Amino acid sequence: MTTATTIQPDYNMKVVRQFTLTTILWGIIGMAVGVLIAAQLVWPALNFDTPWLTYSRLRPLHTNAVIFAFGTSALMATSFYVVQRTCQTRLFGGPLASIVFWGWQLVILSAVITLPLGYTTSKEYAELEWPIDLLITAVWVVYAIVFFGTLTIRKTSHIYVANWFFGAFILTVAVLHIVNSMAIPVSLGSMKSYSIYAGAVDAMVQWWYGHNAVGFLLTAGFLGMMYYFVPKQANRPVYSYRLSIIHFWALIAVYIWAGPHHLHYTALPDWAQSLGMVMSLILFAPSWGGMINGIMTLSGAWHKLRTDPILRFLVVSLSFYGMSTFEGPMMAIKTVNALSHYTDWTVGHVHSGALGWVAMVTIGAVYHLIPRLYGQKGMYSVALINLHFWMATIGTVLYIVAMWISGVMQGLMWRAVNADGTLTYTFVESLEKSYPFYTIRFFGGLVFLSGMLIMAYNTYKTITAEKGSIQPQELGE
Amino acid sequence: MDFATFNGLYTLFLIIIFVALIFWAYSKKQKKSFDNMANSIFDDQDLAENDSDVNKQSGEKK
Repeated sequence: MTTATTIQPDYNMKVVRQFTLTTILWGIIGMAVGVLIAAQLVWPALNFDTPWLTYSRLRPLHTNAVIFAFGTSALMATSFYVVQRTCQTRLFGGPLASIVFWGWQLVILSAVITLPLGYTTSKEYAELEWPIDLLITAVWVVYAIVFFGTLTIRKTSHIYVANWFFGAFILTVAVLHIVNSMAIPVSLGSMKSYSIYAGAVDAMVQWWYGHNAVGFLLTAGFLGMMYYFVPKQANRPVYSYRLSIIHFWALIAVYIWAGPHHLHYTALPDWAQSLGMVMSLILFAPSWGGMINGIMTLSGAWHKLRTDPILRFLVVSLSFYGMSTFEGPMMAIKTVNALSHYTDWTVGHVHSGALGWVAMVTIGAVYHLIPRLYGQKGMYSVALINLHFWMATIGTVLYIVAMWISGVMQGLMWRAVNADGTLTYTFVESLEKSYPFYTIRFFGGLVFLSGMLIMAYNTYKTITAEKGSIQPQELGE
Repeated sequence: MDFATFNGLYTLFLIIIFVALIFWAYSKKQKKSFDNMANSIFDDQDLAENDSDVNKQSGEKK
């Protein structure tokens, strides 16, 4: 089984199938870890007094699993699919694509083992220690060779806009990863390393990395996904191709400067904080350019939302994208940040982007892909896709509303002072007030995770069914 | 040229490039090729796909 026979025979769909299935698998595992640590915040006994089950070790496992195992597998699957279909040629480099797949799985497995054992650089979203960082770099270079190699051997005259976004994502993540992971190991036999940066410079490099991981992995990459799967699923060309060009260049030119908003009111120089704030505000325009372009692709075809839950996933993901890219610039304003920073509001904002945008657009794309990858005309059950859609939406809304309320409340309680200048509330008092919201958040996450299990069942039934036996269905039939 | 002057000129240069990009993207001359690019994702049909009723012109921006 080296080549696909169900789609056009010269495409390498094997690697796309592999990454698509691991997207679902790692999505379930990553989100399950998230639900577990959300439960630990409500019922701390759930760490069972075991070091490798403590919140501090599982939290980086959750973030790494959902961003780099679930999200990046999805990006690798869709980028390999889209680049082949839009360039009308087989993936460049033959077995290199398989090296990307197995190499990336090795990276994920190393994370699953080392993070619970407590090996961490303590840099957020870059916790993996130096030997794994080297492996990531190697796999990423091969990934870039396959992707850009395919662009160079394309049969079409132009490069479709989705590939521009995928390309920017691959290139920038390579630069971000290498620069931020510069570290010197204690010894070659030791997992421990120390960053070559120190103090405020270290913090700035870390958040230049951290925010651009959001900007180029979780935004540009998934916009690439959006620019192919939304028009394909809606069966209409993208609303404005010229807008896509302008918003692409604006987005990649501006995102790179927004990192300092993670360091408001810290030792970072004031001018850098203000620059980060202004650039974050400007970023609102190109972000909404993408959102408008995606949603308006449906103009004149809104009725399709009534019968097609896959399209619902894609459109609602764009709505969440629009919402969180409005919220983000607002939170980057220093006075707003004085209230929101270090509170649950930030956690809510991240999940409105991560669950609402990244996960939902991925789920929509996967539902579009699975039948095409396995020679079917549709998924096993459209009703189950619709059920998944409602569980994902309700789960996300429960999660982010709980975090908004909890976050604003924490911000207000932490800043409240008595007439004599002493703090009105102790930290524990604010924590006690957060309990009910932590319970709602846990429940929202559980609902979202359950939707993923339904997707896994639906996928299993689709790929094990006899080829071509599933007929296209519409909702309500 | 000191650092601040260089930064100012460089920023001005980027703004000019960006404005030129907008004019280029929105010029009438490019419209046809952009429409072709936007529709190119439908060129590649396959058996498993249910794209028979595709109307390539229907979604184009006026």
